[in-house]
Amino acid sequence: MSGVATPGRKKAEKIDRLAELSAAHDDERGVSLWQEAFRRLRRNPAAITGAAILMLFVLVAVFGPFLVPYATTDTIGVREGLVKSGQGIIPGSSADHWLGFDHQGRDEFSRLVVGARQTLLVGVVSTLVGLAVGALIGGIAGAAAGIGGRWGRWIDTTLMRIVDMLLALPSLLLAVSIAALLGASLVTVMIAVGMISVPVFARLLRGSMIAQAGSDYVLAATALGVRKSKIALTHIVPNSLAPVIVQATLTLATAIIEAAALSFLGLGNPDSAVPEWGVMLADAQPYLGTRPALAIYPAVAIIITALGFTLLGEAMREALDPKLRK
Amino acid sequence: MALLDVEDLSVTFARRGQRTVRAVDGVSFSVDAGEVVGLVGESGCGKSVTSLAIMGLLPRQKGVHIGGKASFDGTDLLQLDARSMRDVRGRDVAMIFQDPLSSLNPVVPLGIQVTEVLQRHRGMKGEAAAKEAAALLDRVGIPDPRRRLKEFPHQLSGGMRQRALIAMAVACRPRLLIADEPTTALDVTIQAQILELLKELVRESGTALVMITHDLGVVAGMCDTINVLYAGRVIETARRRPLFAEPHHPYTVGLLGSVPRLDAGRGERLTPIPGSVRDVLPWPDGCAFAPRCHRRVDACVGEPPELVLTHTGHSYRCVNPVTGPVAPARAQEEQA
Repeated sequence: MSGVATPGRKKAEKIDRLAELSAAHDDERGVSLWQEAFRRLRRNPAAITGAAILMLFVLVAVFGPFLVPYATTDTIGVREGLVKSGQGIIPGSSADHWLGFDHQGRDEFSRLVVGARQTLLVGVVSTLVGLAVGALIGGIAGAAAGIGGRWGRWIDTTLMRIVDMLLALPSLLLAVSIAALLGASLVTVMIAVGMISVPVFARLLRGSMIAQAGSDYVLAATALGVRKSKIALTHIVPNSLAPVIVQATLTLATAIIEAAALSFLGLGNPDSAVPEWGVMLADAQPYLGTRPALAIYPAVAIIITALGFTLLGEAMREALDPKLRK
Repeated sequence: MALLDVEDLSVTFARRGQRTVRAVDGVSFSVDAGEVVGLVGESGCGKSVTSLAIMGLLPRQKGVHIGGKASFDGTDLLQLDARSMRDVRGRDVAMIFQDPLSSLNPVVPLGIQVTEVLQRHRGMKGEAAAKEAAALLDRVGIPDPRRRLKEFPHQLSGGMRQRALIAMAVACRPRLLIADEPTTALDVTIQAQILELLKELVRESGTALVMITHDLGVVAGMCDTINVLYAGRVIETARRRPLFAEPHHPYTVGLLGSVPRLDAGRGERLTPIPGSVRDVLPWPDGCAFAPRCHRRVDACVGEPPELVLTHTGHSYRCVNPVTGPVAPARAQEEQA
């Protein structure tokens, strides 16, 4: 490896170390590893907080649209003459409208609640996209490097250099370029945000698989003549997934923020009937001076959701990290 | 002809910027069908590397050089390509490793790991494979095999895990079984059970067994023929009785002297061999054991000692051998 300190290279090395670290424990416990991790999670207040936030978020995302008091497209504030955004009159909280109106006279609370669904959808789908593509690349590279022999190392190097190139680009810039290239749509956001996390998942799975390839049970299976493809799929991959799963939880947090950022920049879902936290944030911009709350509500929603995923993800990492185990 | 004939096997590891390591340096031994052969020596003498080389499990990469021959039933295992070697492994030649816990995949149920071999070499699937797997576990003395097949390795005791690994190794009735320190990770009572099981399997199926160990007690209880290794070379070969009764190589004598004995006096201390395996003379420059040997003479240095073959089939590599029956206690006096 060359000593060129590009940001991508540094990031790559960090991820590799993480993979090694979380792979180190697997020789001792399999299922009980997960049981043990779960027990530790339940005792961790941060994990409980994170899980509670996420539970609430998921419930709101799933059932919210059926429970909200007003339709998200209903410009009820304008109809009733309460909202005159041209004159900067946008009323705040009231008994009927808990969070007031937005600039078009729509009920802010209803839009915020319905927006959760969009956020969850984009977050989960884009993380899955990143996970699928990343795990595919990382899995091939890891298997090739771990048990692929001379040719394998060549495949691994090629794939990883491509991944390094992705990793070297600032993530938001990458997402904006992809979104701009494909045109603004919901699918675009999902792909763009997913692509950001591809290198992380690829590196993580690869590193973890290489660590597992050197383990005794792989040698034992080889000594029994088990085919390489079978060794990779039934032995190495299942033992390499723990760090990837943890990373997926953490990635959900960033995915939500990135997706909001793309919508904020106008590269999100062009259908304005569907409320989206990032779009709401962008719409609130002209009224920051008169009604800052319009920006604060979606911002707080985004922050709390991301916080929930981060808390749970970090707690999971701690629970699975052998170095923190007592 | 013997079932396995290892001739002048050598393995060297070369790494850039570091000295080339000759882990195995001209090992020769043979194993007949149904025979139990021991490879004995202290850590770093090349026992494990020898077995890995025979199994083709050393990484095929730059820097790893394997020389010599390992003829198994007429074919040289070292010349087989990777694909044919995979067919041989597990079917004709199988191996049991030292640590039964780390040799089993922690996240895969035992049943899948056992049936994997059956599927690979015997083409068995589904219920037939499950049945055979249960029969195998039963054969190696695991009670309630059906339930055990569904369990994960960590739910089994250490002895049971090693039994399971043995079951996997003998699943296809291999003609040669290599056991690399199969009892080192187990406690003494379990050790005895596992050795008994191995003996039984060998007797029943006529499998040849290569026992790799540093434990002379294991060797005494199991092996028909014993090869003592030092610094990557066989320095003494003999049937079990002559080796223990009349060892010729000072290193073998030293090994025997460092084994605790029940019939030794209370205050008697074990006799260690001075120095460590690192104090080695390269074989071409003389006897590798010379720097640690108390019987060293001038002839030990200069060229490697020739293999001496006695009329009883006992062979050793030493220019100043110990002669006459030497009880370990006597070896001690001699050294004093």
